[in-house]
Amino acid sequence: MILTRRALIGSLAATTLAGCDAIGRDPTAREILFSAENMHRWLHRTIGGRTALAREFRPDQISPIFRGNGNQNPDTPTYNAMAAGGFADWRIAVDGLVARPLALSMAQLRAMPARTQITRHDCVEGWSAIGKWHGVPLATVLAAAGLSDRARYIVFHCADAARGRPYYESLDLVEALHPQTILAWALNDAPLTVRNGAPVRLRCERQLGYKHAKYVERIEAVASLKGIQGGMGGYWEDVAGYDWYAGI
Amino acid sequence: MDAPAPDSVPRAIARHRLATRLWHWVNAVAVFVLLGSGLMIFNAHPHLYWGQYGANFDHPWLSLPRWPGWLTIPSTYDLALGRRWHLFFAPVLAFGLLAFMIASLINRHFQRDLRLRRAELAPRQVWRDVRAHLAFRFHDPADPGRYNLLQKASYALIIFGLIPLMIFTGMAMSPAMDAAWPWLIDLFGGRQSARSIHFIAAALIAGFVIVHLALVILAGAWNGVRSMITGRWRVPER
Repeated sequence: MILTRRALIGSLAATTLAGCDAIGRDPTAREILFSAENMHRWLHRTIGGRTALAREFRPDQISPIFRGNGNQNPDTPTYNAMAAGGFADWRIAVDGLVARPLALSMAQLRAMPARTQITRHDCVEGWSAIGKWHGVPLATVLAAAGLSDRARYIVFHCADAARGRPYYESLDLVEALHPQTILAWALNDAPLTVRNGAPVRLRCERQLGYKHAKYVERIEAVASLKGIQGGMGGYWEDVAGYDWYAGI
Repeated sequence: MDAPAPDSVPRAIARHRLATRLWHWVNAVAVFVLLGSGLMIFNAHPHLYWGQYGANFDHPWLSLPRWPGWLTIPSTYDLALGRRWHLFFAPVLAFGLLAFMIASLINRHFQRDLRLRRAELAPRQVWRDVRAHLAFRFHDPADPGRYNLLQKASYALIIFGLIPLMIFTGMAMSPAMDAAWPWLIDLFGGRQSARSIHFIAAALIAGFVIVHLALVILAGAWNGVRSMITGRWRVPER
């Protein structure tokens, strides 16, 4: 009797797990499961407010090695030529819904008022690394370009690609204008290495790692994410169904 | 059970309140999904660390092989979908516990059924309860609806200890929650410590589920399941 019950529980568990796979393929069920990210975003911003700062750490808490992840080298002829020239020719276009489109050189970016922050980078996979980032607040750059009232999202287009798709990411204005959201060009007091996103990467410290676009070459202000690439607001969101809101 | 009970001890008693029954089944689903999807998320980086940071070049205190597909949700590697399952059911677990706690204070389930009494903690009584449990005697024939010390202690540990620990260590892994409530990081000594504690607490909850299911089977599976659905529990004859 006990054995059959055990078998019953076992087969019940197996059936339920298989059921979860079937649910995970159903479009309506996916829509329901995927809706949780909006609730988390709402909860986080209700509990913490829109401007809560991420923890900043002491210099002695910095990770000995800040590993690279994802694409670790765009490795295109253009990028390699730029890297060989110390990124002197790198330009970051700021365009879309702005009054004054910009094409910022690294020298211009470095001349802008910068912020230094020792923060924790949390990968969606589960690991964390602490590093000291130095760069220009995105809000400063957007103000210089004259962000339009119609802009709702900021899109970051990158020089790297995978599976034939260029990497890109996006933030809403709450994250984009957050004081710790910076265009970083230095890590641990040295210019960014190729592995970590040279010459400039995004830091948005209340979000998981895949939001922190590397090799940023264009910043576009838009009213909607629908028309961009796969329409989900980022490479991993398009390709694999990751949450667009990556605060958790 | 439908026949009128002739003796003084009723043959069936109202055992579980509505709030307890609702919470039990919501939780059964949530814990099942959270454990399966949690193992999927763990597979993305099957190493655990102590402290604020921890990645491939740092020293893990535990590295495990990846969990097999028959234990994970979904069954093939898909971190994004595992996270979708996990993050959908995490608030179900958290707000479900909160609702159950409020209901159980109002209907006095906590005060009546889970409060430890001084007499129960006397060493002789503790020893008697342990011996009764080892002999698979789970109920006091004189007062069959009452939980004994071991039952109270394990339910209290789960309700007030392990599930809240899961919820708070889970929140501590969210970078946005860490910004909102910085004390979460301090409470657990860092995000990677919180991740380790999250995993340990999950293992303990999985252990509780296994022991719980085994004891339900030993104590009479059908009677137990029915009582958790209808509330009515037939007092075992002895």
